[in-house]
Amino acid sequence: MPLQLAIAVTHLVSRKRQTLVSLTGIVLGVAFFLAVSSLMRGSERDFIKRLVDNSPHITVSDEYRHPRLQPANELWPEGAVELRRVKPLTEVRGIRGHAEKLAFIETLPGLRAAPVLVGSVVLTFAGRIEGVTLNGIIPAKMKGVSTIDEKLVEGSLDALAANPNGIVIGAGLAKKFGLTMGSVVNAASPGGEVRTLKVVGIFRTGNAGYDENQTFALLKRVQGLLDRPDRVNRFVLQLDDPYAAREVAATIEQRVGYKSVSWLEATEDLMNVLLVRNLIMYSVVSAILVVASFGIYNTISTIVMEKTRDIAILKSMGFHARDVRRIFLAEGVILGLIGSVLGVALGIGLMALLGRVELKPPGATDLVRLPIYWGWEQYLLGATFALISAVGAAYLPARKAGRVHPVEILRGMG
Amino acid sequence: MTPILAAERLGRILPGEVPVTLVEDVSLEVGRGEFVAIMGPSGSGKSSLLYLLGLLDRPTSGRVLLDGRDTSGYGEDELAATRLRQLGFVFQFHFLLAEFTSLDNVLLPMRRLGAPGEDAARRRAEDLLDQLGLREHARKYPHQLSGGQRQRVAIARALANDPPIILADEPTGNLDSVSSATVRQILHDLSRETGKTVIAVTHDLTFAGAADRKISIVDGRIDPHWQA
Repeated sequence: MPLQLAIAVTHLVSRKRQTLVSLTGIVLGVAFFLAVSSLMRGSERDFIKRLVDNSPHITVSDEYRHPRLQPANELWPEGAVELRRVKPLTEVRGIRGHAEKLAFIETLPGLRAAPVLVGSVVLTFAGRIEGVTLNGIIPAKMKGVSTIDEKLVEGSLDALAANPNGIVIGAGLAKKFGLTMGSVVNAASPGGEVRTLKVVGIFRTGNAGYDENQTFALLKRVQGLLDRPDRVNRFVLQLDDPYAAREVAATIEQRVGYKSVSWLEATEDLMNVLLVRNLIMYSVVSAILVVASFGIYNTISTIVMEKTRDIAILKSMGFHARDVRRIFLAEGVILGLIGSVLGVALGIGLMALLGRVELKPPGATDLVRLPIYWGWEQYLLGATFALISAVGAAYLPARKAGRVHPVEILRGMG
Repeated sequence: MTPILAAERLGRILPGEVPVTLVEDVSLEVGRGEFVAIMGPSGSGKSSLLYLLGLLDRPTSGRVLLDGRDTSGYGEDELAATRLRQLGFVFQFHFLLAEFTSLDNVLLPMRRLGAPGEDAARRRAEDLLDQLGLREHARKYPHQLSGGQRQRVAIARALANDPPIILADEPTGNLDSVSSATVRQILHDLSRETGKTVIAVTHDLTFAGAADRKISIVDGRIDPHWQA
């Protein structure tokens, strides 16, 4: 063992109680850091997971990000003559050439895509009338991009394929209308088309708005109902890596031309809130470690004061100022390292304990476990921060020790 | 022959609102193997002179020549390295590290120097303690030793790196007469038998009587007429 380290160890061992107290500060600091961080990050991930699972990672819709310019404006951007009352070209709504575009998107790695035709229809049943959103889907493809299939409490999406006149509705709508499996409703389009559809599935997502407003039917049927044969107005994409959505959306938008919105873009405000929340959380838990570092500062300062004579004799013997500094810095490192290791262990224990806590939020039917995030980077962050504050706390007393002038001490003794 | 240690017009003034002159215009030469006692009344500046000669303190004027080499241009690191190899200190208070055994205390300077290797250093430390009659006290901690034994451990530590010069500041100042006699004998033998140069500050007339030469300091200056 290097000499400085050996001296550092004996200093700490000779002051067991104080060493233990400052160690406890670091241990508790790291443990709380981990407990709070794992809980906050866990709830964040839980939140994002719900967000990501229940909405498409990328939605390509039949809109443009920037309104198209009139051809005249493009040709003569600084023309002096203004043509008034020029309306944009009337477009047939929908994604043009959707089959080729979908084929292109499907060549991109790590994603699944489904074409959807979304429109508004009016459902009537037993005298009740309600406007809802009707999604025309291809069940086999939809299953790859949405968790709706898992949310079905009765029936299945496949029943749509078997029964072209089927409709899948949410539990909220079913309750409102008093619909059960096998009930028959009328759906009317804005164009006046009316179809009779049979309920073949009921889903419950837990989101009241979604459960009351969203309905699903076979793509071909919806195209007929809305009188938009062979059209889709949306591609819904699901990615293996949800966090790649931003880049993939940009790629698609560049190639396809239509507006592609990733979930990250759609929920940017929420992501910002989460970021701010993390910043607040980490500054608060880091403050615990900063406070703990005062304990270390106190301990090492006391040792330096007590050992002034030893420092004087070491220097008279031929120890350099930096040798002496290293002794006390080593004490900080030792406290920081041991504190980190024990703190991580205690933190893991706390996290395991928190992970077993079961809660029943008001209004919920199921027990909910506290979401705990087990990511290794938290341990690294906590331990690194503890080590930095320990060494930082040791630095000032160590510098003071390095400056001890042996003659001043010897004179005082003589 | 070049003196092993020489002071040329050495002065040390403690700066402050009222500057204090600790040492003034001291010139002396000490030969190899010589045993020199520095005497003088309390506060005469003899310890300050010893710190200057031992490169623990820097003079405000004059210079110290070690084996003919001028040390006034040395940086802190060079001074520390010189102390480590060439100078051994023994103080009035033993200044042993309380958490280390006698053996480990003696090992400190050798470990700092990084030579000889751990095994050889250990053997040398044991030999030194043995020579000073401390064989059975090698594994004891300072608080388990008597004052005289501690001072002998301190001497062993001063000898660890085999420096040519031993500087002692009141080495017997805190000891009873029996222990004083032992320490005096050890320092005497060191200069006679191993050719070490010993420079000791002392109040003790018996101690000074054992020295080859006495230098008297009064008010920071050499005063040949002073009598204790």
